[in-house]
Amino acid sequence: MAAVGTVPARENAGKGAISIRNVTKIYDPEGVNVLAVDDCSLEIAAGEVCMIVGPSGCGKTTLLSAIAGFHSITFGEIYLDGELLCGPGKPLADQGADRVVVFQNGALFPWMSLADNVAYGPTVQGRLNKTQAREKALDMLAEAGLADVGDKFPGEVSSGMARRAEIVRALINDPKVLLLDEPYRAMDALTKSIMHEALLEMYDRTKVTIFFITHDLEESIFLGDRVVVMTTRPCRTKKIVEVNIPRPRDYHILSSEEFRLLVDEANEAVHEEAIKAFEAGERELA
Amino acid sequence: MSEPVAGQPQPGVTPVQGPPAGLGMFLYKARKNLTGSTPYLMMGGIGLWLLTWWLLCEVFSVPRFEKMPGPVAVLSELFSVEPFLGISVFTQEYYQHIYLSCRRIFFAFMIATGLGVPLGLFMGWSKTVRDYAFPILETVRPIPILAWVPLAILMFAGFEAPVIYLATLASFFVTTLNTLLGVDSIDESYFRAAGCLGAKRRHIFWHVVVPGSMPFIFTGLQISIGVAWFSLVAAEMVSGDGGLGYLIVDAYMNNVTVPMVIGMITLGFVGWITSALVRLVGNRLMQWRVRALALEGR
Repeated sequence: MAAVGTVPARENAGKGAISIRNVTKIYDPEGVNVLAVDDCSLEIAAGEVCMIVGPSGCGKTTLLSAIAGFHSITFGEIYLDGELLCGPGKPLADQGADRVVVFQNGALFPWMSLADNVAYGPTVQGRLNKTQAREKALDMLAEAGLADVGDKFPGEVSSGMARRAEIVRALINDPKVLLLDEPYRAMDALTKSIMHEALLEMYDRTKVTIFFITHDLEESIFLGDRVVVMTTRPCRTKKIVEVNIPRPRDYHILSSEEFRLLVDEANEAVHEEAIKAFEAGERELA
Repeated sequence: MSEPVAGQPQPGVTPVQGPPAGLGMFLYKARKNLTGSTPYLMMGGIGLWLLTWWLLCEVFSVPRFEKMPGPVAVLSELFSVEPFLGISVFTQEYYQHIYLSCRRIFFAFMIATGLGVPLGLFMGWSKTVRDYAFPILETVRPIPILAWVPLAILMFAGFEAPVIYLATLASFFVTTLNTLLGVDSIDESYFRAAGCLGAKRRHIFWHVVVPGSMPFIFTGLQISIGVAWFSLVAAEMVSGDGGLGYLIVDAYMNNVTVPMVIGMITLGFVGWITSALVRLVGNRLMQWRVRALALEGR
């Protein structure tokens, strides 16, 4: 794996505290109100890796979408570093590069090379000109172990490489929060483990706040500082598992007793909700 | 742990090897094409078709086919230096017809693309524009091009304008609709990703909507140039002066069948070349797609 490079001075270091207060989201897709998120509250500290676990369709993504500004919320407030993102009178948060999303199925622009994809944020925001942005993009790709593929298109590289480049594309903006929506869902276990190490390595370098949605409990304990187990729809926090395994972490902890106990603890809470979700048989919401 | 150096291979990272370039690539492609079954099946198909045609018309003169010229009659006329019926690859007239039709297609296709692509993009991008334009488009689109002929002749003076107008019209609807579908086909997450990265609405138009709908646009353009030929010939038959459609109908009027078939075959070839050109331009503009598809073996 790529070694830890020089730690760049991050302007937004120590920022990115998210405060979700009594958020409720009601959809009405067919004139029938569906309660997706019900009075959900969660405090995420700056620089924390917060893993969100819950059954399919429980409304985790709705929460992420509210933070990112894709969907409005019905009641409650969400703050970022004490500033209101969305709340009464402003149901939809503005989209901005301080909260960058990495999508479930990958959303690198297939029509741009990896380097152009990574350089896109700084260029379009007008922070860097094209040459500077490209240079920085290539540097950051190299740091992430993607030195030789900058001029490839996303369709030409493996899904693992593409996903890693997508995280680089987010990090180049020096975001306060990185929002990941099951980014490794479709990957095999081996690729996943490589992706985990790469993500941890990037996190150790940047200490960016991470809001990470997943179904995979082992993933959540391995990566997270806290694992927030959500109830099935409507989404509420059910249980918070504190993961006090010291960083930097590597794959050896997977076989430790401590790790297994934490997985068990989370599993118990998740399993209960999974059964409820299964019995309700509800379709996933967008 | 050591410092990584940009540009140098790092342990554990395999350098990605590029495809062979230049002549090597050409030879590789040539070898691959000639060793496959494709070219032989293609020749076989054409041969079988010519043979059937020859047997039906010239050998057995099967009823209903006896008035049709066979391949020997057509090809000997087409390649004769002094054609009996006035049309062959050695006559100026032949190229004059091709030139006239191609010029009309060029204008029609350019106008249709120039209007249809932007309209489709805006309709896909803005709900307001779509709400305004879509119902009218959908009502006018199903009207057959031939139904427009009288109106076109009344509206435009001369021979050229009505013909170009009709071809443009047919092509325009196809292009607009495909472009619109192209915008609709773009995954929502690209819009969201662009938004997250700080793109404003106009950036999203240029960096997501336009490139994202390209594959559909070019599929549409290939259909649209076909439709343009189709309606051009129909229009030339009714109101043209010169052109391949005119050649065909003129031959029919004069009761000579060979130039008619020559016109048809020529249309086939010219139409094929024009859509190949469109495909070529599309592939140039969409290297990202060509390369990804190539990796899938397509």
